[in-house]
Amino acid sequence: MDISVTVNGDPWLLSVEPNDVLLETLRSKVGVKSPKIGCERGDCGSCTVLLEGRTVRSCLVLSVEADGHEVTTIEGLDDDGLTSLQQFFVDLNSFQCGFCTPGIVLAAAELLEEKPNPTREDVQEAIGGNLCRCTGYAPIIEAVLAAANAAGRAAR
Amino acid sequence: MSTVRPFEELSTRDLDFVGKPAVRVDGLEKVSGAARYVDDLDFGPDLLHAEIVESPLANGLIQSIDTSAAEAVPGVTKVVTGMDFPFRFGLYMKDRYIFAQDRVRFVGEQVAAVVARDPKVAKRAAKLVEVTYQELPPILDPIEALRPDGELIHPELGGYTHVPWFYPHDNTNIAHWRKTRKGDVERGFAEADLILEGEYRVPRYAHCAIEPHVIVGLYDHSGRLTMWSASQSPYTQRHLFAEALAPLGLSHKDVRVITPYVGGGFGGKAGVSMEIMGAALATAVKGHPVKIRFTREQEFYNTYQRQGVVARIKMGVKNDGTITALKHILNWDAGAYVEYGANVVNAAGLSATGPYRIPNVWIDSKCIYTNLPPGGPYRGFGYSEFTFGLESHVDRVADAIGMDPVEFRRNNAIEESDTLAYGAEMNPSGLIEAIDRTAAAIGWGKEETSDDPNKAIGKGFAVFWKAPAMPPNASSASFLKFNEDGSINITVSGMELGQGYLTAMAQIAGEVLAVPPAKIRVETPDTDRNPYEWQTVASHVTWSCGNAVHAAAVEARQKILDVVHRVHGYEEESLYLEDESVRSSTDPDFRLPLRDFVIDGLEDTDGTFKGGPIVGSGKFMPEFTTTRSDPETSQGGHPNVHYTVGAAGVVLEIDRETGRMMVKKVALAVDVGKAINPSLIEGQITGGIVQGLATVLYEDMRFGDDGRLLNPNFTDYKIPTAHDIPEETIPIIIEVAQPDGPFGARGVGEHTMIPAAPIIGNAVNDALGVRITSMPITAEKVVLSILTEKE
Repeated sequence: MDISVTVNGDPWLLSVEPNDVLLETLRSKVGVKSPKIGCERGDCGSCTVLLEGRTVRSCLVLSVEADGHEVTTIEGLDDDGLTSLQQFFVDLNSFQCGFCTPGIVLAAAELLEEKPNPTREDVQEAIGGNLCRCTGYAPIIEAVLAAANAAGRAAR
Repeated sequence: MSTVRPFEELSTRDLDFVGKPAVRVDGLEKVSGAARYVDDLDFGPDLLHAEIVESPLANGLIQSIDTSAAEAVPGVTKVVTGMDFPFRFGLYMKDRYIFAQDRVRFVGEQVAAVVARDPKVAKRAAKLVEVTYQELPPILDPIEALRPDGELIHPELGGYTHVPWFYPHDNTNIAHWRKTRKGDVERGFAEADLILEGEYRVPRYAHCAIEPHVIVGLYDHSGRLTMWSASQSPYTQRHLFAEALAPLGLSHKDVRVITPYVGGGFGGKAGVSMEIMGAALATAVKGHPVKIRFTREQEFYNTYQRQGVVARIKMGVKNDGTITALKHILNWDAGAYVEYGANVVNAAGLSATGPYRIPNVWIDSKCIYTNLPPGGPYRGFGYSEFTFGLESHVDRVADAIGMDPVEFRRNNAIEESDTLAYGAEMNPSGLIEAIDRTAAAIGWGKEETSDDPNKAIGKGFAVFWKAPAMPPNASSASFLKFNEDGSINITVSGMELGQGYLTAMAQIAGEVLAVPPAKIRVETPDTDRNPYEWQTVASHVTWSCGNAVHAAAVEARQKILDVVHRVHGYEEESLYLEDESVRSSTDPDFRLPLRDFVIDGLEDTDGTFKGGPIVGSGKFMPEFTTTRSDPETSQGGHPNVHYTVGAAGVVLEIDRETGRMMVKKVALAVDVGKAINPSLIEGQITGGIVQGLATVLYEDMRFGDDGRLLNPNFTDYKIPTAHDIPEETIPIIIEVAQPDGPFGARGVGEHTMIPAAPIIGNAVNDALGVRITSMPITAEKVVLSILTEKE
């Protein structure tokens, strides 16, 4: 069946099977590779994308459910380079292997959108469904809090 | 090629890039979504997918395989079985088949594979492959496997080829037995005022890199085999592919392994495991790329697992706290195939004294076949496993003689030039400093209490060490080339697993050549283009490949100075590099930017040009190591290049009613020789501690009586989330230079998870007075211990 999806601002008309999941459709038909295949059952969060601005596990979303909707991956988070949040991940070495990073950055971006001044616990909660085996999370939490602080300073 | 030179930089000037917390060179790629992992590469519409047919039995004889129904499924390209590839492979011992031959030895073992254009078709067809087995009772416990009248899991053991430092015992299930004997252990016990014995059990663990294993192979129509692999070991894979498939006429030059970014390894992607199937399948569907991407379940049961171990420790001490003797018996549950895992057993067997000065030592480390999935390397490589028992035991011994456990460790801490268990000398070591600074960081000796009467607070302490476990001739090489704008490309074949290795290499080269790391690109491996590296394991690449990159940079620098001398006439000794330029100490006005000549050369007075593209190559091999030693004692060799040592301590809060444990504070000090990038080392400490704490607090592989793994997913095998981290982590970097390391550096990556288990066990004992001797130390076990104690 045919669906129409906007991915990172670009409109796509796609032919999908009813049981295709969004993760595979994005990776194999749209060619967006940042959502990763880690567990295929919603445990690890490395396939996280934003669907209408809300994080979803794209391995658990049927492609047809995305019909008529807007999907954002880390490639589309900023039109022109890196967001401040991404820049803090770079500046604070808040990643190691990088495999979970796209999903975690999106989860953090959603948090900052909803709650610009999060507590440490808010950050832990927001990324609590995204597994990272390398960093021990502390450097990730620091980057998210630093991005929030920087945005707060800019707003004042 | 230039070889390593003394690190004159250490003493003669300040460092610009080494020792600085530089931002990683792979950052932009990884946070922009640009970084590509194997599964992200496109192979076009011709790509085939393979589904593996697996053994449902832990032990059985294959009676027949009928592939006809699977082959009849429309869309199926090929079905292969063990008959198609009757070849053994393995890194240290060739005991493993590409596909099972006449026998299966663990649940999940590959028996056949179905290749189809559509992965769903392959999956459906794989269910139609009919395999009949004669079921045999599985041997799941290493102690049971040692019974003299027991079944043999590998009746052909005596015929397997292996490295010369392994000692298989024919007609037993002991694939390797490392014996280390120093002094006279019985005399040592006779001299002791106190002898304490104990048994400690460590189960199996899973690496759980978030990226699963993925392999894509293409055996093209010209007969060359290209493999795209999520691997820590591209060159070792090339060698093993070429070796295993040599009967098909493949030579090394025709095998190419390309490894883009890897989504975590931790040892699980070292050597060759599932990748061998990809190589074999590629040859079966010539001209078509074929992919195997392991599911999370397969990731758990058919790559490598950290081996379980049952440890018996007997330690003798004098009342003044001097250790007189140690007997350490390690019986390893090594699994169905030990081609890699046997070297874990070997490493532990050489070093299971821990970082202590012990005059009389007896270590038996036995690699025992069981009908569980193949054991193998996991961050810590045997040391994580034995350190739980040893450091728990040391606390008990100190307690028994009434000595503070930190003081006890300090008294017995190994120091430079002390004699190791196998006779070689200990390298420079900052262990005492690590002990003191860790103890201070956690307020050792100061009792802490909780405001909540239901909560107990305990402190735990441990020391650790680890040496890289490598063949004596494991080596690294590097190529370096300048570009027109003075930027640099470096090729190496170590892997960026997340540890920041590419950044460290850029910092080392940048330091020598006065070029900022941000202007240096270090490429991930392609065995056609990048020079040799043994493997990215053993926490040795910063040291070993760092030496190779340093040598390449020194060679390039020499060429730069040479051409400037020839054209401008300055004495070479007066020339030096600074801020991407050549300067002269005799002419302060002289400043020649590198970009002006590193490709185009320098114009001489007569209009000719001198020099040309500046390139450098370097290599490193530790030429002082040997594994030759007496098999009965391990005396006489020099199997390890150096040890990295350290200490860790924890402040642990325990809920007396639920057993729930909260890590309030954890400190870890490690002697890295020289921190090439302190930020990256802090990252290793922060991440390694969390990974280690999980093994002691909740991770645990559970197997059924039939040998089937019961929890092969992240729902049932919990790994830490952002909620499960210490409230405070204190990384402590100690720098006692390693004389043969780049700028004095030695390895650090694995070490940070090694002490996590015993510090928890010791803190639980400190808080509650109960000693738990089996991992994991779950809340359930803690509560049960409290209840048992009350009774």
